Amino acid sequence: MDATSAFSLILERDPALFAIVGLSLWVSLSATLLAGALGAGLGSAVALTRFPGRQGVVVVLNALMGLPPVVVGLLVYLALSRSGPLGQFGILFTPTAMIIAQTILIVPIIAALTRQVMEDLWGEYADELNAMGVTPWRRMRVLLWDARFSLVTILLAGFGRAAAEVGAVMIVGGNIDGFTRVMTTTIALETSKGNLPLAMGLGVILLTIVVAVNSLAWAVRAWAERHAG
Amino acid sequence: MKLGKALLVSAFLTAVVLPASAQDNFITVASTTSTQDSGLFGHILPLFKARTGIDVKVIAQGTGQALDTARRGDADVVFVHARAAEEKFLAEGFGVKRFDVMYNDFVLIGPKNDPAQLAGGQDVVAALRRLYEKTQPFVSRGDKSGTHQAELDLWKVAGLDPAATKPSWYREIGQGMGAALNTASAMGAYVLADRGTWLGFKNKEALKIVVEGDRRMFNQYGIMLVNPAKHSHVKAQLGQTFVNWIVSQEGQDAIRSYKIMGEQLFFPNATATTL
Repeated sequence: MDATSAFSLILERDPALFAIVGLSLWVSLSATLLAGALGAGLGSAVALTRFPGRQGVVVVLNALMGLPPVVVGLLVYLALSRSGPLGQFGILFTPTAMIIAQTILIVPIIAALTRQVMEDLWGEYADELNAMGVTPWRRMRVLLWDARFSLVTILLAGFGRAAAEVGAVMIVGGNIDGFTRVMTTTIALETSKGNLPLAMGLGVILLTIVVAVNSLAWAVRAWAERHAG
Repeated sequence: MKLGKALLVSAFLTAVVLPASAQDNFITVASTTSTQDSGLFGHILPLFKARTGIDVKVIAQGTGQALDTARRGDADVVFVHARAAEEKFLAEGFGVKRFDVMYNDFVLIGPKNDPAQLAGGQDVVAALRRLYEKTQPFVSRGDKSGTHQAELDLWKVAGLDPAATKPSWYREIGQGMGAALNTASAMGAYVLADRGTWLGFKNKEALKIVVEGDRRMFNQYGIMLVNPAKHSHVKAQLGQTFVNWIVSQEGQDAIRSYKIMGEQLFFPNATATTL
């Protein structure tokens, strides 16, 4: 089967597909926002403060960018399982569990990249800001504002990682039809059913979505740069 | 800045609260890849929902993993196919009572050109011995699933144990039935499959059934409610409703009526022996 028939297969494929795409976006964008808040804060804090063992923290943050999704999935699974420490909340096999897993997966990416960007900026502005005697809190806000365009790219890196992974959401979401099934787990499932053209077509859709999100972010950035003066 | 924070908080609350409020009328069933990949659940669950209003969330795993999921308390019902593992699960007190549901059979699948010349045979044990002698590529699930267990049992009957000696032609892939069929197709290997998954499988071009009809390839499915005495949050009433429906005339008819290209996939036999 060729690409055209894969697409017609997809178009015939009803609203269920839209729900799957919607859930993928909801889970990965939520995780990106949460991880953005946590990661940018953590990264800035490490960049702008000096404490014993800081080098170690930087190395660990950088290393955790390579955290395997399946390991994150397993850890979150064990924590959220009814037999685990957070079992009473009953959120295993829900979209919430998937958001938690993806957030953990991409916090290190956002934190490590933010740390690098902020540290470089700090190198540029340290003398000025020190001379002005601004508080550390204000210093962080000024630099974060200055780094905002780089931060968009960093968030996109996080989103890309979240939207692309299958290992974590498969384990903690369970790939339940109509409830926790997202693009990547659907692709895995259709592949296992031997439905390779459909799986490939879904892969193309996923890529298209990721490109669309990136284009949107790029457009917003370009618009903001023009208007920032 | 404030708006952003409010959005974040509300997004998170929605994510946490929504599933909790919709929690009442569903059960989680840990089942096998064969029941899902073959399309059986897609056929019978809407009928069950129409009758009872209960949503069924299916986690499709190998039988071993499905039973472990239930042991941890993460499912209300298990619907699997490995008799010995199910009996162990019951003996440990994790299941309430086991009911036979249906059966189908395993088939030995091989490449179209059938280099070991097994086609048409009905003796699966003889076929395995031949594969062993001729060192033909063989894909094993290697994932403690029901089908994997059945395969190991058949090798045992043949008096051979490639899973222990691990010759290079014996390839354990540790994945589901569909993945095993895809792998066999790609490397021209033989593989044991359940008939349901085989019939539902779309990437058959390079493969065909070579051995079928041996009564040692019988494949029985069973269903159990997870014991609420072990896990107090198990939705015993809803779960039992599902179990009762599956073994009822209506549920059995639903299973019987599932066909792919006119061929029935699963044969209900709930009225037979229960454990």
